[in-house]
Amino acid sequence: MAPTLRSFLGTRAPAAEVTGGAAPGAPDAPHVAAADDRAADDRAAADRAAAEERAVAPAPALVVARGLVKRFGRFTAVDGVSFEIARGECFGFLGPNGAGKTSTMRMIACMSPVSGGTLRVLGMDPAIDGTKIRARLGLVPQEDSLDLELTVLDNLVVYARYFDVPRADARRRAADLLEFAQLSERAHDRVEPLSGGMKRRLTIARALMSQPDLMILDEPTTGLDPQARHLLWDRLYRLKQDGVTLVVTTHYMEEAEQLCDRLVIMDHGRIAAHGTPRELVERYVTREVVELRFATAHDQAAALPLGELARRVEVLPDRMLLYADDGEQILAEAERRGWSPVSGLVRRATLEDVFLRLTGRSLVD
Amino acid sequence: MTRAARDGARPLWLRSLGYWAFRYKRTWRSSMTETFVEPVLYLAAMGIGLGTLVDHHVHQVQGVSYLAFVGPGLLASAAMQVGVSESTYPVMGALKWLKTYEAMLATPLRVVDVLRGHLAWIVLRLATVSCAFLGTLAAFGLTRSWEAAVALPAGVLTGVAFAAPIAAFSATQEKDAAFSVIYRFGVVPLFLFSGVFFPITRLPGWLQPLAQVTPLYHGVALCRSLVLGDASLADSIGHAAYLVALAAAGYAAASATYRRRLVV
Repeated sequence: MAPTLRSFLGTRAPAAEVTGGAAPGAPDAPHVAAADDRAADDRAAADRAAAEERAVAPAPALVVARGLVKRFGRFTAVDGVSFEIARGECFGFLGPNGAGKTSTMRMIACMSPVSGGTLRVLGMDPAIDGTKIRARLGLVPQEDSLDLELTVLDNLVVYARYFDVPRADARRRAADLLEFAQLSERAHDRVEPLSGGMKRRLTIARALMSQPDLMILDEPTTGLDPQARHLLWDRLYRLKQDGVTLVVTTHYMEEAEQLCDRLVIMDHGRIAAHGTPRELVERYVTREVVELRFATAHDQAAALPLGELARRVEVLPDRMLLYADDGEQILAEAERRGWSPVSGLVRRATLEDVFLRLTGRSLVD
Repeated sequence: MTRAARDGARPLWLRSLGYWAFRYKRTWRSSMTETFVEPVLYLAAMGIGLGTLVDHHVHQVQGVSYLAFVGPGLLASAAMQVGVSESTYPVMGALKWLKTYEAMLATPLRVVDVLRGHLAWIVLRLATVSCAFLGTLAAFGLTRSWEAAVALPAGVLTGVAFAAPIAAFSATQEKDAAFSVIYRFGVVPLFLFSGVFFPITRLPGWLQPLAQVTPLYHGVALCRSLVLGDASLADSIGHAAYLVALAAAGYAAASATYRRRLVV
């Protein structure tokens, strides 16, 4: 039976009210001037923002950030990031743990006050209209906040009541969303014994109960086994097809590549690069990558001259990566020269390689 | 569904209260003994069992039977117990274990709505418990005038005077270890020495002023005079003002500690 998600996602209001406030793409000087007490911070952040190239969205933006900063005491978690997120796209924040992704998400979700820079969500200022904005957001937090003692169905209904969705509507919508999340059979079970994947799907269903204009998913698949992760990706892909705007953080590059129309790569609180997954790969790495594993470090060191054949070489503790447009040719050359790796593999370059190139480190340790 | 309906008109704190009420509908059975069985057990054991012994020797305590004396005191102490139990582990659970507050704050609710809703729920719980207790007292024939009805808000007030400051404290805690200290060194001594079981004039002279500054003493004195029908307006206002001040200070403190904990 086909999920009936579209039936209530189809009723959303047009984008009209979004375009008024933020003046996307325009210089943000008025906002900076308005917040006197933060002016100094803002100016510093705005300068930095102007200096860096911006991730400009193609359509009217639901989220506009300029030189956004988040500090915790002396620690700066987000250090002047600028981006725009357009209606209907899936926008990704890719980066390792501690890159500032979650802090950015919590600011967009109007749960965490901005320390500097400007942020407009749905055309409004989170510091002023937090309640109004949150009424139109759906948040999937990094850590589940389900009520383990209530049933699956009750978790959805009680959450909808925070948004003042009438009880009867909430029940109807919950039934549809349980179908979508493939949890209908568990509707009357308590949440506690559900698997991690089921809990994540329930959290996503819960975030959809208020028919949000913007879904914010903070590491939706972290900690799930591959099968559960693929099922979740499938559900998120379906949401995207239905026109829901998604903001996703992840440290899985496959997730970012499959799901995101555009993304930024974050590292140490800053944006290291932005673009579509394809653009990023084209800009920063070659078409193909040869992965060579050697039996010993000595063998690997001996094979280093192979690097002359590649555009770039990355030597990791357990393997050597050779970036080239024709990987097979390099592999053949390695064999011809008598360097015999334990395994040699030619693959397409991914965002993982982009990240490695930009930061010198892997995404997942 | 229209945009107006989606943004909703119901006051935000009522939505947070709604969660606690909804949850209670699923878990009420476990609190039934606390609400309805314990009052009867306490009254039977203390009032009738111990009471016959006391009455046999001293005939009356403050001019009434021991059962009539101890009954309203137990009402106030039950309110204290509910106030404390609802503002310790449930607050910690909503903060850390279940992250209920966090979930609420991703919705239109603000920190102040989260706090008000939870305190409003505690008020409702106190009202049911006080009501059940007063009903039991009435069934034992211990209520003497219409003033006894005013003991219902007095019981609620006694409980809130504990719940609000303790909720403020709970919001600063990372672990639940301090809660058992509150019980051991707070709830139990207050229960025993605040005039529930004997007039505080029986305490050693130096302990009496100490007993008089405890909130439970004021709750007991207020509830007892109302139930027995010998309340003086000046005394009642004095007791109530003390409890209101404590509740208000607790609310102000909780506004600050909740904000510090939840807005990061």
